[in-house]
Amino acid sequence: MSTPRIRMPASARAGEPVEIRTLIDHPMETGLRQQNGQTVPRKMIVRFEALADGELLFAADLRNGTSANPYLAFIARFEKATALTFVWREEDGREYRATQRISVS
Amino acid sequence: MSGIMIDRRLAIGGLLGLVALKGAAASEAIPAEVTAAIREKVGAAEASEGGITLKVPETAENGAFVPVTVTVHSAMRGDDRCTAIHLFATRNPTPGVASYQLGAGLARAEVSARIRLAEGQVLLAYARMADGSVRRAAARVAVSTGGCLT
Repeated sequence: MSTPRIRMPASARAGEPVEIRTLIDHPMETGLRQQNGQTVPRKMIVRFEALADGELLFAADLRNGTSANPYLAFIARFEKATALTFVWREEDGREYRATQRISVS
Repeated sequence: MSGIMIDRRLAIGGLLGLVALKGAAASEAIPAEVTAAIREKVGAAEASEGGITLKVPETAENGAFVPVTVTVHSAMRGDDRCTAIHLFATRNPTPGVASYQLGAGLARAEVSARIRLAEGQVLLAYARMADGSVRRAAARVAVSTGGCLT
């Protein structure tokens, strides 16, 4: 459950646009849905962060209107080899993490 | 205090109502809670049209997975930088869909995501620039199967 997936190249030229695609398996239950007469309990990822060498590259505050298995894609550039950290945070503070390195020539 | 509030409301009124939405979106009345959600995120700054593209299907078969791409025309260097993008769905139970924060390491001010739409409606995208200016784009989406409660 809740497996993070990252798609991005392993290497790039300095300053070149690099698309980073992220997806995490997650129901994004809004707490509004009924199943067999019961309300399905709310379970939401509310925050996504992508950090490049610890510095914020991109973040998202997610509310009810985000689809299940949240997908986010953005385009970064790197001047040097960089360690990326991706964090998805649930409302109760639980986190899912992924890391990736990109080499730059 | 009340004077400030009224000014703000007028500014938002201009932001939402008087600056016409393009095409079919033009006739859409924007509910008060949507206006409030936008005010909370964007503030009183008057949004200009142009310099921002909201790409979304005209008809979404499944409202639970609607692909959205927002592109802001910005070099992402120096003062010409987009710092945040906010998405609002005018007829969802929760109008605010998501807010994206764009760091200095991004090559383009472009975000793709998948969102839920409860029914056919107007989707609004707001972009905040480093100089404090705000840009806006609107798009009407028809939805075959609502995506919020299923």
